Amino acid sequence: MALDVPASPMDEDRALEVDTEVRVADDTAMAAEAAGLSARQAARGSVTRIVTPTISVRKRLRELWLSRELLIYLVRTEIKVKYKNSVLGLVWSMVAPAMTLAIYFFVFQIVLGNHVPNFVIFLFAGLLLWNLFQLGVLTGTGTVVNNAGIVKKVSFPREILALASVGSACVFFFFQAIVMVIFMVILHHGPDWSYVPVLLLALVTGVVLASAIAVLLASINVYLRDTQHLIEVILTAWFWACPIVYAYQQQIGNRLGPKGLTWVYFLNPLVPLVLSFQRCIYADTTVKVNGVPYDVLPTKDMIWYVGLDVGVLLLAACLFVVALAIFGRLEGNFAEEL
Amino acid sequence: MSDFAVDVRGVSKRFRLVHGQYNSVKERIIHGGRRKTTEDFWALSDVSLTVKEGETVGILGRNGSGKSTLLKCICGVLQPTKGEVAVRGKLAGLLELGAGFQQDLTGRENIYLNGSLLGMSKREVDRVFDSIVEFSELEEFIDGPVKFYSSGMYVRLGFAVAVNVDPDILVIDEVLAVGDERFQRKCIDRVMQFQREGRTILLVTHSADQVRSICDRGVVLSHGRLVAEGEPGEATRIFRERLMAEGGGMSIAEPAVVASPATVEALEALPDEERPVRLRSVHRLYSGDNTVPYMRTGDDMTVRVEFEALHAVDDVVFSIEVRDDAGNTVMRTDTSIVGIVINAPRGTSVMHFGIVDMPLLDGSFSFAIGIQSRGGILYDWREDAGQFEVMNPSKVTGSIHMNVHAALISSESAVDSAAVAQSL
Repeated sequence: MALDVPASPMDEDRALEVDTEVRVADDTAMAAEAAGLSARQAARGSVTRIVTPTISVRKRLRELWLSRELLIYLVRTEIKVKYKNSVLGLVWSMVAPAMTLAIYFFVFQIVLGNHVPNFVIFLFAGLLLWNLFQLGVLTGTGTVVNNAGIVKKVSFPREILALASVGSACVFFFFQAIVMVIFMVILHHGPDWSYVPVLLLALVTGVVLASAIAVLLASINVYLRDTQHLIEVILTAWFWACPIVYAYQQQIGNRLGPKGLTWVYFLNPLVPLVLSFQRCIYADTTVKVNGVPYDVLPTKDMIWYVGLDVGVLLLAACLFVVALAIFGRLEGNFAEEL
Repeated sequence: MSDFAVDVRGVSKRFRLVHGQYNSVKERIIHGGRRKTTEDFWALSDVSLTVKEGETVGILGRNGSGKSTLLKCICGVLQPTKGEVAVRGKLAGLLELGAGFQQDLTGRENIYLNGSLLGMSKREVDRVFDSIVEFSELEEFIDGPVKFYSSGMYVRLGFAVAVNVDPDILVIDEVLAVGDERFQRKCIDRVMQFQREGRTILLVTHSADQVRSICDRGVVLSHGRLVAEGEPGEATRIFRERLMAEGGGMSIAEPAVVASPATVEALEALPDEERPVRLRSVHRLYSGDNTVPYMRTGDDMTVRVEFEALHAVDDVVFSIEVRDDAGNTVMRTDTSIVGIVINAPRGTSVMHFGIVDMPLLDGSFSFAIGIQSRGGILYDWREDAGQFEVMNPSKVTGSIHMNVHAALISSESAVDSAAVAQSL
């Protein structure tokens, strides 16, 4: 919160608040430039930062925005540190999911005899989003504790640490997306281009949701270190609650639908996002397996996808605000708890 | 009120002292949901302090007096439990040098990371990058990972980044005591340059001399309260007094929490009932040859203190503080340390400090006399109560006289003499 003073044009949004004073100060500053040291006194004096027991969410959001450059550095650092001294570096972020994919492919398509065409693409579509979410939440949860050194000694919006974890997960997402594109080209499987905006919407929603959860858990983890381990377990279960390695329509929709219980499945906010990804990337809703029709995705129109995604986005945004408020409440004692 | 840089308004900070911290779910369930058994500890209680623009303020206090907590609240690392801190201008805190350095990144990368942690944009870092490197003297190592840096290099880089943030307010927590002497000098020079540029500096230090030589004003914290505020000399004196009082094994039932008046003027403004005992006059007498205006090392000296009590006051403590001409305290003691109890009767009385066998060698010295209650409440104080000059008649050099004996001890001759003794 200490990263202040509108000295550069970049900080204009903040300067607005004290607009008149700043302008006056600027004039004085110019006049005083020759005088040297009084320039300093003239240029400042306009911004008063107040450290109080609590900080409003609005202020937090603004501070986050002002610290966006720091976010970039932290993301960069996290990635650099992760792949320090490794020859392949970021390539590993592509090798690992490719390997996962190969195993799933082997297990589902060869061992279990699933004959859904291009099942790899289907898998990858879901995994892309899932990996982003899981990595962001998992590393984000531990981040405040792991960066105790900075948290205890330097003042900055600490939520940035959790956001940086999600940010680096986004970078890995990007590299995995490249792998997927390669697969798609090899397998001659084109996406449904009209659904690309839906995919982007789902991506943004996923990032916001992961950020909200990461910020929330990062602060709770300071007080209750079990959070870190608990979330690993929860994420494992959560993975299977998402239609990633199985086709939603065939396994869930067609079974729960007649009983009117699909809404239970949709309590999982990741479901619409995963479905959106699959709808765009895998494109086909119904395929033929050994000549028999096989429902992969719900045969709904775009409005259905968009509606659900927007719903989750709103939910995630609310959660994010709540997470910031809770984080702010807990942050006051971080330095002593760590 | 428009010229403050930092305004601390009634800040209190509570820490919970934990007796067994139950940080896991299992432990919490075992302990019936209670998080931990705690005891409140107020690291700061109702501290108010206004630092004006361009002022350099030194914060003195013993370990655990709340100095660092106060700085952390000012920097925003800790949020106060009560009260608030208003900061005007860009603040850079040097709570720890090199905090936030990433071991695996190079010096260059760390400069950018640390700079942005301290609130600089990339452009700003670009602009000062060269001066950071120059100041840290790490030109050849800047592209190597900082994990290979020596601790001195680490600290140098940390300080270099922090001072180049171009802050309006610099907050320094005892970090000037790091690095080799030459670099320390460089840091202090930089701090002084900041002063000349009209920036505000808040400094926590153990070194009273640093406060004396750098600060415009000193404040003393004790048990989380601000107990004194004033001229650096005064503040360091009060700090010393407290250090002595608290550490000297004096029987204080309850640490005195009365704001000691910072200056003599303020002292004189106090109502009579708060300072029932006052100094009237102070005289210095040499024991030996009183025809010369100095004493010799080894002579005795008496300081005669005439004081007046408005009413009978029990257990009054008289203190004497001897300083050399540079202002460094050579010695400070008081009657409670000497081990006598003085009950001042109503009216005018006289007490003596006798200094036997002056150990000081050459130099002129001054002394200050204070009167206070045993609990540390200052009744009166005279900064320059008298001077004396010492002439060193011997060939010994240095600042004090020690009794040095010399003898030749040879083990062989000892054996010989033992053999001789036996043969006899």
